[in-house]
Amino acid sequence: MNFSDLNRLRPDLAFIADWIKADTHVLDVGCGDGVMLDYLQTDKRCVGYGIEIADDKVLACATRHVNVIQQDMERGLSMFDDNAFDTVLCLNSLQMMKHVEPLLRDIARVGRDAIVSFPNFGYWPHRTALLMGKMPVSKSLPYQWYDTPNVRCATIYDFSDLANEVGLEVVECVALHEGKQVHVLPNWRGSLAVFRLQKRGA
Amino acid sequence: MEVCMSASPQSVGAVVPQAFFFDQPLHLQSGASIAEYTLMVETYGTLNATKSNAVLICHALNASHHVAGFYADDPKNIGWWDNMVGPGKPVDTNRFFVIGINNLGSCFGSTGPMHTNPGTGKPYGADFPVVTVEDWVNAQARVADEMGIQQFAAVMGGSLGGMQALAWSILYPDRLKHCVVVASTPKLSAQNIAFNDVARQAILTDPDFHGGDFYAHGVVPRNGLRVARMIGHITYLSDDDMAEKFGRDLKTGDYQFGYGVDFEIESYLRYQGDKFSDYFDANTYLLITKALDYFDPARHTDGNLTQALAQTKAQFLIASFMTDWRFSPERSREIVRALISNKRTVSYAEIDAPHGHDAFLLDDSRYLNLIAAYFDRIDTELQGTPA
Repeated sequence: MNFSDLNRLRPDLAFIADWIKADTHVLDVGCGDGVMLDYLQTDKRCVGYGIEIADDKVLACATRHVNVIQQDMERGLSMFDDNAFDTVLCLNSLQMMKHVEPLLRDIARVGRDAIVSFPNFGYWPHRTALLMGKMPVSKSLPYQWYDTPNVRCATIYDFSDLANEVGLEVVECVALHEGKQVHVLPNWRGSLAVFRLQKRGA
Repeated sequence: MEVCMSASPQSVGAVVPQAFFFDQPLHLQSGASIAEYTLMVETYGTLNATKSNAVLICHALNASHHVAGFYADDPKNIGWWDNMVGPGKPVDTNRFFVIGINNLGSCFGSTGPMHTNPGTGKPYGADFPVVTVEDWVNAQARVADEMGIQQFAAVMGGSLGGMQALAWSILYPDRLKHCVVVASTPKLSAQNIAFNDVARQAILTDPDFHGGDFYAHGVVPRNGLRVARMIGHITYLSDDDMAEKFGRDLKTGDYQFGYGVDFEIESYLRYQGDKFSDYFDANTYLLITKALDYFDPARHTDGNLTQALAQTKAQFLIASFMTDWRFSPERSREIVRALISNKRTVSYAEIDAPHGHDAFLLDDSRYLNLIAAYFDRIDTELQGTPA
């Protein structure tokens, strides 16, 4: 998979992929159909593994020739050694986790850098919905309150605090909307929060 | 029904086994050696010009070299992994040259305890040397040598067959590109060994066993073999699967107040035991369960599996089944963890199939599709590699 294919399929991932150095060792926690690793291994010669629980996505990874470890992320990353990876990705998965803090600590343990993204609850249509007295339903949070897999709601400001708490330093934080960076009022106008993190002292 | 099977475009069709004779002694892990021996072999598909598309399928306890297809004179005798191997199947014989080898000491034509010991002129019986997974792999490597195959595209196996695939990756790291290990374990647990020993005791204490020389007495320790198989069979099925298939169903609809067959599960296990004792050799059963017990590649690295797998070079696919309590997913995860520590290329699937250990032989679309996708990857690599 080349960059223009990735950009067409997932502009948000294409934006993030730019941050990942070539020839590095990458772990993609919650890798879905493996599209990011597919791009990273063909275009940037990265090696590594994806973690995914859903059968259909594990098969999709296998079809893409991506290394996938079928596992529930809630069980943590005990399969991986300390500092085993240059970069750990956790893209659009964190909001589905029950044990967010232990997972982030594990991400900090196994990687030197991390990139974490999640739907920004502070995105203005979400705020408007709440003002109108309803839980937000949007393109980035497309579920009803009773069937959503997204059990954690955070804004860009909320996440920075937790990142610091688990030993990750925020190198850069951007808000994206439809794959493009939002420069003005990011915590209002960005539907996806993306954090570039580095292990403190690394 | 059988007509359908033989006419199926998805079957490799009628197959003919070949015998490979070796007159160079094979030195065994125990220190003993076998002076000469025969191995039964079946192949499916076509070996390409560069001999790079060969896949070795390793068999488990009671299986053989008859992996796929059927015999012209016995069309009901269908290979044990016929759902996995064939044209258009996950291990596609239109693309791969697939090899099945009956292991040394087994009872399907390869040299085993029932054959004549050239040293004594009598059947080996209990004197047949104990062979290990590593010994089998060494013997299989000689078949590859005979065929001129320097490197397998993949070595694959389930259960005990998975142990052989794993042993290949350790003993001959340059001779396989991919290693596919299904429903297996890096070593048996105390519970696994315990079940094996109960099975062995059933055979060893059968009065018809005669210390392994029952051939001379014209008898077979059928009762021992039946019980051994019944015990084994319990460990192959999951509790849920047994409950669903048999529950507490009664054979005749009411209690018989005796010690005959009351429950369907009893009837099923006895049938399995009877069938098994008709074709399986008691000495082979002892031998193969010992090979299972002894397998432990980390034994030479102070129990450190990561170190034991350090010299491997293959790419790995490991798969387990959630309801397999014989070789549970945790055992497969140990292999995965050790491979990841070695930064090996590895994928791992944990398949939510209800059938326990036996699931590795059955049709489950998640499982078969995954293997198909993986072999597609192997084939793509082969096509992309200049000779």
